[in-house]
Amino acid sequence: MIEIHNLHKRFDDREVLKGITSKFENGKTNLIIGQSGSGKTVLLKNIVGLFTPTEGDVLYDGRSFMAMTKKERAMLRREMGMIFQSAALFDSMSVLENVMFPLDMFSDMSYKDRVRRAMFCLERVNLGEAAAKYPGEISGGMQKRVAIARAIALNPRYLFCDEPNSGLDPKTSLVIDELIHGITAEYGTTTIINTHDMNSVMGIGEHILFIYEGYAEWEGTKDEVVNSNNEKLNNFIFASDLFRKVKDAQIGGE
Amino acid sequence: MIVYNFLIHFGRYLRLMGQAFSRPERWRMFFKQYVKEMSQLGIDSIGIVLLISFFIGAVICIQIKLNIQSPWMPHWVSGYVTREIMLLEFSSSIMCLILSGKVGSNIASELGTMRTTQQIDALEIMGVNPASFLILPKIVGLLTLIPALVTFSTFSGIIGAYATAYIGHIITPSDLTAGLQHTFTQWFFWMGVIKSLFFAFIISSVSSYYGYTVEGGSIEVGKASTNAVVSCSMLILFSDLFLTQLLS
Repeated sequence: MIEIHNLHKRFDDREVLKGITSKFENGKTNLIIGQSGSGKTVLLKNIVGLFTPTEGDVLYDGRSFMAMTKKERAMLRREMGMIFQSAALFDSMSVLENVMFPLDMFSDMSYKDRVRRAMFCLERVNLGEAAAKYPGEISGGMQKRVAIARAIALNPRYLFCDEPNSGLDPKTSLVIDELIHGITAEYGTTTIINTHDMNSVMGIGEHILFIYEGYAEWEGTKDEVVNSNNEKLNNFIFASDLFRKVKDAQIGGE
Repeated sequence: MIVYNFLIHFGRYLRLMGQAFSRPERWRMFFKQYVKEMSQLGIDSIGIVLLISFFIGAVICIQIKLNIQSPWMPHWVSGYVTREIMLLEFSSSIMCLILSGKVGSNIASELGTMRTTQQIDALEIMGVNPASFLILPKIVGLLTLIPALVTFSTFSGIIGAYATAYIGHIITPSDLTAGLQHTFTQWFFWMGVIKSLFFAFIISSVSSYYGYTVEGGSIEVGKASTNAVVSCSMLILFSDLFLTQLLS
C-alpha cells in the first residue's frame, strides 16, 4: 500500500500540489484523474521520487520515502515499475534488450533465464514476435506494451503508469487498460495510473482520486462517479455529450 | 552575472561528475556500455581523423616548401616542420577541437534526447544511477581510444606529406624523409598524447553535462549541443595554453 500525507509541491511562487492525502491499496487499479495542468503528473513524480515534495510524506507499506537513505531508495526503486507517457524505451536497444535491461542490472539469473523471463513478459503483452525489433520500428501502442513488459520484468510491488493511453486509439487503449488491470490483479501490485481517459475511469477505476487545481477534490470508485454530486467532478467526467447521455440513461434506468 | 552563472554551472558539473564517478551497479553492464562507447565515440571517428590529418599534413608540407623555404634554409626544413606541427599541435589540440564538434555534439544530443524522452527518468525509477551508467563509459571509452586517434592522426599527416612528394612532386621524398627523421624528440609525441587525454576528458564530460541537464524539448537539445561544442572548444584552447607551457 502507498499512502501520501499532506503532500505539497511548490515551483518558485507557484504551488502545484496543495496538501494531498490519499491511500492506494494493493491489488487495485488506483486512478489519478484531473484536467491537464491540475497536478497529476507532478503528484506521480513526487510519489516515485523524481521530485522532492516541498512538504508532506509518501509511505511505501508504512516506510517513509522521505526518511530513506539513498541506498534504501535505490533498493525500493527496484520494486517499482513505471510506464511513461512516451513509453521511454531505450532507442539503442532492441525490444528484447529493453525488457531484459532490469534483469541484466539487478538479477543474478543466467543469460538463458533472463532471456526466458523477458520472452515470458513479452508473450504476456502479446509481443513475442517483436523481440528483435527496435523501438523505432514498432507502433506507439506496441511501445506501450513493451514498456509494460519491461515494468513487470522484475515482478514489481508497485506499478506506476503516466497517461498510458495518451496518443492511442480507443481499441489499443482498451488493450493497455486490460493488461494493466490484469497484471495488477494477477501479481497483487499497488498500481497507480495517471489518466484523463474516461474509458479507463469507467473501465478499470477501482479507486479514483480526482485532482482539481492541486487539491484532492474527490475520491471514490467508478460506480460512485456516476452518482456523485460533486460539480467539479461532473464537469470534468461528463464534459462530453456521450458520457452525459450515458449517465442520464443510467440514472433514468434506476 | 557571468561569474555567478559560471560558478553555478561549475558547481552542477562537479556534482554530476561526483555522481558519474561512482561504482557501477553491474560491472558486466558497465563493460558492455564501455565497448559500445569506444566504438561509437572512438572507432567511428577514425575515418574523419585520418581524412583531415592526411590533407592537413599535405597542406603544411606544401605551404612550408613553397612559401617559407628559401635557399638559405636546409633542404630538410619542410619535412621537419610538418612533423613538429603534426606532433605538437595538430594531432592533439586541433584534432581534439575537430572531435569536440563531432563527438561533443553526438554526446550532448544523445543524452539530451534521452532526457527529454524520459529515458533517463526511466533509469532513475529502476534504481539505476543514470549518470554513472551513461556518462562514465563515455569518459573512459574516449580516454582509452584518444592516444590511438592521436597516433593515427600523426601517421596520416605524414602520409599526406609523402603524397605531396610522390604524387605532387612538390618535394623530393629523400628531403622529406631527412626532415622527418631530423632530431626526433620522443617526448613531443608523449606531450601530444598527454594533452589529448585532458582534451578527451573535457569533450566527454562537458558535453555529457550539457546533454544530461537539458530541460525542455528539441530546441533545447539543439542549444545544448551547440553550447557543448562551444564550451569544449573554448576549454580545449585555454587548457592547451597552460598544458603546452607546463609540458614544454
